[in-house]
Amino acid sequence: MSAQTEQRVERVLVTPGDKLAEGDYKILTPTTAYRVGTSYYSSIVGLLELNPQEKSLKVIPLKGSYYPRVGDVVIGIVSDVGLTNWELDIRAPFPGILYAVDYLGRAINPSKENLKDFLDVGDVIVGKVEVFDRTRNPVISTKGKEFGKVVDGALVEISPVKIPRLIGKKGSMQSLIESETNCKLIIGNNGRVLVLCEDKRYEEIVVRAIRKIDVEAHISGLTDRVKEFILVEKVKKGLVGNEERKA
Amino acid sequence: MKREKPKLVSEDGVRHDGRRLDELRPVKMEVGVLSNASGSAYVEFGKTRVIAAVYGPREPPQRYMVLPHRAVLRCRYHMAPFSTDERKNPAPSRREIEISKVIREALEPVVMSEAFPRTSIDVFIEVISADGGTRTAALNAASLALADAGVPMRDLVAAVAVGKVDGYLVLDIDQVEDNYGEADMPVAMAPSLNMVTLLQLNGVLSPQEFSQALNLALKGVNEVYKLQKETLRNKYLVRVE
Repeated sequence: MSAQTEQRVERVLVTPGDKLAEGDYKILTPTTAYRVGTSYYSSIVGLLELNPQEKSLKVIPLKGSYYPRVGDVVIGIVSDVGLTNWELDIRAPFPGILYAVDYLGRAINPSKENLKDFLDVGDVIVGKVEVFDRTRNPVISTKGKEFGKVVDGALVEISPVKIPRLIGKKGSMQSLIESETNCKLIIGNNGRVLVLCEDKRYEEIVVRAIRKIDVEAHISGLTDRVKEFILVEKVKKGLVGNEERKA
Repeated sequence: MKREKPKLVSEDGVRHDGRRLDELRPVKMEVGVLSNASGSAYVEFGKTRVIAAVYGPREPPQRYMVLPHRAVLRCRYHMAPFSTDERKNPAPSRREIEISKVIREALEPVVMSEAFPRTSIDVFIEVISADGGTRTAALNAASLALADAGVPMRDLVAAVAVGKVDGYLVLDIDQVEDNYGEADMPVAMAPSLNMVTLLQLNGVLSPQEFSQALNLALKGVNEVYKLQKETLRNKYLVRVE
């Protein structure tokens, strides 16, 4: 890459089998790029970010499914109620297991209590992948004050590979949306986003902004466009226009 | 009842449909044609038309299939009853089961299935219209659909058949050339890795002819490979404008 592009990292569209670089690089995304000898190849349709200074490269996928990892925040929907645990749909190849001991914080007696009374099919849960070791299904934990059953808000589903874009560099995109609309986003790594707004009029704007990010994630200048989009929508709904006209 | 063998290649090297000896049929490719699949592709080589759909990685439908260290790749090659001149019984035939297997084995070395243990990646290939070279068209469509689904793969697989017709080696043979030709050799490759993943030969070729045929196939494979990459790129480039 030439010296002119030093400031901004250039993104290049690559397809499986494309040669990315030669030499000694560090692969930051191990499943989407691989090396043979001293050559690096892409394994996916994605955007290449090559950093010659730090000798690192990554390929950002444009499409893909969710595969759980320990520590991921996931938003699951209860799909089955067992005797001592719930099964959650977490948009992964496996169901997430939520143990009653974990959710209720105490042991339960299956002969006296029915788990249906606490969580039923269709309920939405925010949790964290606690254990996932490739031999058993991922175990979801709801310990922590931000986790638990969802009772309010709007749930948006987007492609899981677009989640890093929705969060942004050091959370920039997320904090932009949150500060512009006074809403709170709970972002699950499995591609589900929970939008919590005190003012319900903002909810629709945020949901549409998230959908916009899902569709346009691979086009540069996204942050500015999202900012403009939110502003335009706010004016349309009469949420900011009046004050600005007064000023 | 057997019809007289038609003349398929003229003295100046022009084939019955007007192609040169080393020319592909008109190729058309498209990805993302099915909305419910994780990835899909449509591939057309002349009158051979194929649709491929990829689902997954997802939970395998039967527990016994699960592999602890990698994903299972499942392939189904199927010809639609209306794809041939005479109605084809929709039940999978011996030939279709075998082609499903060789397609799976041609894809397995490139798909990075070790990234998704305990899951299955399902590839469904439907031949809409058959005019020779369906297994190569199916393989091209399947590898495009896998890439479209975002399944990590070391390389795309590109395939083309070489045949011997009227004593000439010809690229991308169609049904008529296959029926009356002396040999048919489908070749599938992962061109960036310089790896052959499928090579079959039906008929008789001398050792010299074989190496000539392989070189001809290599040329065709590279053409197909270029088209595949272009197709994948176009999906995202169109959206920008």
